[in-house]
Amino acid sequence: MSNKMINLKINNIPVSVPEGTTILEAAKKLNFRIPTLCYHEDLSIAGNCRVCLVEQVGNRLLQASCAVPVSDGMEILTNSTKVRQARKHVIELLLSEHRADCTECYKNGNCELQSLANEYGVNQHIFIDLNRKKNYTIDRSSYSIIKDDSRCIRCQRCVRTCEELQGVSALAVAYKGEQMKISTFFEHPMFEVICTNCGQCVNRCPTGALIEKTYVDEVWDAINDPTKHVVVQTAPAVRIGLGEILGYEPGERVTGKMVTALKLLGFDSVLDTDFTADLTIMEEGTELLTRLKKALVDKQKTALPMMTSCSPGWIKFQEHLFPNLLDNLSTCKSPQQMFGALAKTYYAEKRKLDPKNVVSVSIMPCTAKKFEANRPEMRSSGYQDVDYVLTTRELGLMIKQAGIDFMKLPDSNYDSVMGASTGAAVIFGATGGVMEAALRTAYEIVTGREVPFKNLNITPVRGMEGVREASIKIEGCVPDWSFLEGAELKVAIAHGLANAKKLMKAVNDGTASYHFIEIMACPGGCLGGGGQPIPTNKEIRKKRAEAIYAEDEGMPIRKSHDNPEIQLIYQDYLGKPLGHKSHELLHTHYVPRKRF
Amino acid sequence: METKKLKKVDLIFDTTGCDPVNVLTKNVLTRKPDEIINDIIDSGLKGRGGAGFPTGLKWKFTKGEKSDVKYVICNADEGEPGTFKDREILEKVPTKVFAGMAICAYCIGAKEGYIYLRGEYNYLLPKLNKSLDDFNKKLKEIDLDFTIQIRSGSGAYICGEESALFESLEGKRGEARNKPPYPTVAGFMGKPTVINNVETFVTTIMICNIGVEKFKNLGTKDSRGSKVFSVSGDTPIAGIYELELGMTVDDFVKEFGDGDTKAVQVGGASGHCIPRKKFNDIIIGFEGVPTGGSMMLFNSNRSMYNVLKNYLEFFAEESCGQCTPCRVGCQQLLLGIEAVKHGERPASYLEELKKLALSMKIAAKCGLGQSLANPFISIIDNFKEEIIY
Repeated sequence: MSNKMINLKINNIPVSVPEGTTILEAAKKLNFRIPTLCYHEDLSIAGNCRVCLVEQVGNRLLQASCAVPVSDGMEILTNSTKVRQARKHVIELLLSEHRADCTECYKNGNCELQSLANEYGVNQHIFIDLNRKKNYTIDRSSYSIIKDDSRCIRCQRCVRTCEELQGVSALAVAYKGEQMKISTFFEHPMFEVICTNCGQCVNRCPTGALIEKTYVDEVWDAINDPTKHVVVQTAPAVRIGLGEILGYEPGERVTGKMVTALKLLGFDSVLDTDFTADLTIMEEGTELLTRLKKALVDKQKTALPMMTSCSPGWIKFQEHLFPNLLDNLSTCKSPQQMFGALAKTYYAEKRKLDPKNVVSVSIMPCTAKKFEANRPEMRSSGYQDVDYVLTTRELGLMIKQAGIDFMKLPDSNYDSVMGASTGAAVIFGATGGVMEAALRTAYEIVTGREVPFKNLNITPVRGMEGVREASIKIEGCVPDWSFLEGAELKVAIAHGLANAKKLMKAVNDGTASYHFIEIMACPGGCLGGGGQPIPTNKEIRKKRAEAIYAEDEGMPIRKSHDNPEIQLIYQDYLGKPLGHKSHELLHTHYVPRKRF
Repeated sequence: METKKLKKVDLIFDTTGCDPVNVLTKNVLTRKPDEIINDIIDSGLKGRGGAGFPTGLKWKFTKGEKSDVKYVICNADEGEPGTFKDREILEKVPTKVFAGMAICAYCIGAKEGYIYLRGEYNYLLPKLNKSLDDFNKKLKEIDLDFTIQIRSGSGAYICGEESALFESLEGKRGEARNKPPYPTVAGFMGKPTVINNVETFVTTIMICNIGVEKFKNLGTKDSRGSKVFSVSGDTPIAGIYELELGMTVDDFVKEFGDGDTKAVQVGGASGHCIPRKKFNDIIIGFEGVPTGGSMMLFNSNRSMYNVLKNYLEFFAEESCGQCTPCRVGCQQLLLGIEAVKHGERPASYLEELKKLALSMKIAAKCGLGQSLANPFISIIDNFKEEIIY
């Protein structure tokens, strides 16, 4: 954008904005809201829904304000008769094509089309109902995402999300004219295609065409079954997102209230995924050091750089697109799955429960976790390790269904065991967080000293840039790790799979020389996950990240290896990191998948 | 109102008085690009694809853009129902098309040109490619650094829309782009591009051959020159005719009608329907009803309901589907007239549909959706009884 200023009038009010500004942005500056549907701040401009049309005086055609840049002397009317009539027609046309039985829709009350229809007082039945004439399909094949074409308005936000943010293109436009639809490769079911289940499309779908597969009823049933002991784990990013559904502004930390609410909902034990995040650091940190030792001292062929494995969308992406790099993935299960495996073994033993009566529920900012829980590899307890995965949104729904006045709740603490955690664990919820947590522990193992950053805040790995890199010089090693003396540990971080793709290409080309790479499938990391509250944008993700780091700073313990329950589990049960028991319960393997 | 009597001319297909390569070397390359562009502007030539944008200005704007790479593209995706004149031009005088593109390339400073050929015209390829190879060689001989290639479309009507054509040519799904930017600024591969219809390019070589003044003697103030018409429907002499612009519809019907003409659809399915009572008042040209060449005559045996239904079915299928007004609007107009015909909706519903068509005219993303109101409203207004009963 240049420095040149453009002068124009919007609704007869003069305004001056930089060249390149769109009419939509200029109107916003004057506090005129123009309705949009296909527009999304995170995505390229499509200009296809035509609901943001405005009148440019002297131009026969209405202009899509999201797509047209301002020009000098322009006179724009955002609310003329022509504009209102055209917008109303657009909404009525969309409704005629749409299955508008709103009370049956999961997105009822959180649907952009519905609110526009209310705003414009449209006559839903003015045009002929096309929805009934079409043979729409609802694809429920995926564990994570339901694709309901009958509610699709063809805005292509999902298509752009999948291509531009995620580099996956599982969804694309097929056919033309009246047949035009959003489709997968040759219309294969979602379960069979390259979809990583990240749910970023779900976060950006303005209607109910793409939603998570919900397991709320199953969880209610388990809670109400007196023979079952229901444990629930909550992922780091849930506590800084949940508030948005229940009346708070983005960035509110509601950890204590959330724990209280979960207890009120009737869960038998409210535990923390952060506990297994700390455990992941112990296992993954040790794995990294072991790989480095193998490569540097034993001179053995070792897959480096090692890559994190916490994000199941990222794992499936890698299995589809870079199967040659599967050995580079850490063998550690994600914290959710470590928790699940321990819930029906270690936890059940401690609480003297029969694991077959333990129902393990997780609350995740993620839709891919639903798929992950159903992977055949994830049954090392002898049962399905995690029975039901709910998104942050589904938990919000349950709290609403239970009639709990969330904002008035007192705080509670997590139960024990597997409820204690550290600041290192909570930052798993932000891009760069796993890296930071791992460095806090690994550096200390190797040197016996804390990482050389003020307040343990490793700021070079933080931030929202798509791909970041940093290096840390290792000096003053303890004798066991003296072979690392003077070495420079090079790390890289990417979030959003399109960024991951760039990084993987560089790894494959040999142009990247890192030791350790952290990848999170979703923009911003888990705080921007596909199961988080809708809407999402850069500003909201920034606020959530600030909340995550504030949560970290507020924790009494901020290094995973200092977590007393972690020390306890190694002492009582696991033995040592990468030990036999760990191998059995906490580690996994990956499978190559097709490219489409 | 200035009108001309119907007059057949033979300039486009004439091969005796015009050797394209000779015109290039003698009349074009000997002069400065700006002089040629000014001639084209002065000639009043407007695009022959139907939209009628002044050709010289298009060239001037593209020349004015700073870019190392520029393109000349010939739109040969002749998909408008009832139009078949570009096919004839490409069959009969392909070298004139190439030479027109070469003039443009010389004027704007382009080194690459593409002909986007309608998929259904692929049978022309062997002959076309042979002529093209000869022509590309001749360009080398006369030292003009410009090469033309042919690309085939795949049958989508929308790809005749210039920005959708670029998308298709770039290997993507054929969908109209947002404008601005216009092709003169960012067209094919995001570079400044001149895209003209087949006949437009031929007309530029004709102007360079006969001179601006002789060209300006043809036609009217707003519609200079002659034009090739594709005449079809209820006519005893269907075919391709080159006529001077500026005649009335009445004149045209007297020449081509079967004595019982009740309506002429000017400009194809996306054009206007002119009923008998208006034949005398309307000029075929940019001051009246513009046309890319399609002239369909209907006599009193034809049901205008069927004609309209046929057009709407065509558009409901050929909309690219991306923008709401066009994708859904086309289906609603089609189902709407069917519902009125079958008594499922009252006749007054036609008024709602007309309002919708008017919204589409100003709200659709590209010319396809915008132009649907032309046939819809002109047929509904003039043949309401046929639609309802």
